[in-house]
Amino acid sequence: MPEARREAFMARIRRGEKIEAHDWMPDDYRLLLLRLIHMHAVSEIMGAYPEKEWVPKAPTLRRKMSLMAKVQDEIGHGQLLLRVAEDLAAPLGRDRMELMDDVITGRVKFHNVFHMEAPTWADAGIIGWLVDGAAIITQTALLDCSYAPYARVLKRICAEESFHMQHGESIILSLAEGEPWQREMLQEALNRWWEAILFFFGPPVVTDAARRMMEYRIRSRTNEELRQKFLTRYVPRIRAVGLEIPDSALRFDEEAGLWRYTEPDWERWSRVVRENIGPKSQERIALRRMAHQDQAWVREALVRARTAAVV
Amino acid sequence: MAIEADARVRDAILGGLALQLADEELFLGHRDSEWLGLAPEVEEDVAFASIAQDEVRHASFWYELAEACGFGQADALAFDRAPSERRHAALCARPNGDWAYTVLRHYLYDAWDAVRLAALAESGDEVWASGARRMLREEHYHHLHMERWVVDLGRAGGEAAARLRGAFAALLPDLPDLVAFAVDPQALVDLGILSRPLADLRRAFVARVEATLSRAGLPAEEIAARLAAHPREGARQTAPDHDAAALLETMNGVRSLGAAVW
Repeated sequence: MPEARREAFMARIRRGEKIEAHDWMPDDYRLLLLRLIHMHAVSEIMGAYPEKEWVPKAPTLRRKMSLMAKVQDEIGHGQLLLRVAEDLAAPLGRDRMELMDDVITGRVKFHNVFHMEAPTWADAGIIGWLVDGAAIITQTALLDCSYAPYARVLKRICAEESFHMQHGESIILSLAEGEPWQREMLQEALNRWWEAILFFFGPPVVTDAARRMMEYRIRSRTNEELRQKFLTRYVPRIRAVGLEIPDSALRFDEEAGLWRYTEPDWERWSRVVRENIGPKSQERIALRRMAHQDQAWVREALVRARTAAVV
Repeated sequence: MAIEADARVRDAILGGLALQLADEELFLGHRDSEWLGLAPEVEEDVAFASIAQDEVRHASFWYELAEACGFGQADALAFDRAPSERRHAALCARPNGDWAYTVLRHYLYDAWDAVRLAALAESGDEVWASGARRMLREEHYHHLHMERWVVDLGRAGGEAAARLRGAFAALLPDLPDLVAFAVDPQALVDLGILSRPLADLRRAFVARVEATLSRAGLPAEEIAARLAAHPREGARQTAPDHDAAALLETMNGVRSLGAAVW
């Protein structure tokens, strides 16, 4: 019987049907999705911190408003995704609080790029332009995900990310067209971020989890396909603004139809994500602890006040 | 000559008021934005970020009006003026403190802002009036949001109510300067910018907050007494500048690198 149920589920997947939160699903489908979406949600929230640092310092009123709006969007994406993750986690007896606790205890990982420092205003621009640009590529590849609630949320997220990319591009263009020291600041920021952005797509090896996600049509592209797409889209744009990509081995191999590049240090970056040992990992986890644990009295007060109002 | 002189006087007064409103909105919006990523719940983070953006957008509108009055370019007015040249009420630049202080400060500020905007919305100057009307619509939602928080924290009792009482005690001395103007309010009435005198606006402010604060278990009656003791009939004094100095030091993190287009 369970096998027949699973087979019927796979038949739905093969027909391209979408799965809803209350549909029956195999446990490993649920777990794969939960791991993916939980990490995505947490990465959106942790991704707000590097840019949040620049909100108070943004150099004009327009930049300040636009950066605030972007950080708000990122937290908003985290919220939308947490709702999707909560539904998946509920049958496992886990709730929002636990999903957030996992950030603090290190049970859930977040993207490598958000463990990094953003020491200059140019870094804030690079994050919007290239990190969000990279995220658009990985997220649009999931728009056809077999899990309908995730696909629906991604539609909105992708639309907003494209504004973020334009916001980043606008900062970049001002710097690129600005004073020599502004261009230098920009080049240094690109040098700092390049390897991390290449790693962002994940190692080229197709892991067992990735293979199962493809079978379930949770995702359809490999990490390497997505990285290649990013290079095709962004290498010409980066060069067009007069920046030099910090990789002398970078070239397009016409014969193979592939970009060749110096590989990121897969092991080092994997450890950054796995063990939270990037330059800003612990500081940003501490910020989340401040929001989640230090403000617990506020959430408790709300529950008491609402209960009192009902009684 | 007399007409030109009148225009100069008018611009000086109106520009002074625009700068006050702008500095207050910018500083409070800046303080609000410090909560990004740190609010007690992600839903609140999104809501608070939205409010912060509204405040900075309002500031931008007022700085542009000051610019139109010949005070200089809006961004330069926002970022490059010294702390001692600022026109804000001290309360707007205070550090955030805890969530109780944050929401109670915002509630009191929004209540006053709504009263002040309602008076400006009846102004004889259409640019001022239409700007004020637009902001009033947004402030309405800020007010509802903050009112809910204040009442909930008060009704929750325990630690939350104690923190709220602490916030009230800390905010009370700042209220007479909040509910005042950096330029002589009578001159604003004479110019037709303000439709009602300050004393009327103060009464409207007290009427607006009293019931809510009482529901939250706070000694609301202390506000009227405090305001009566400090009427601030003329132009109020400049706020002590240490909070503004600390805030501006952060705010100029990028601009201080050098003259450039950003």
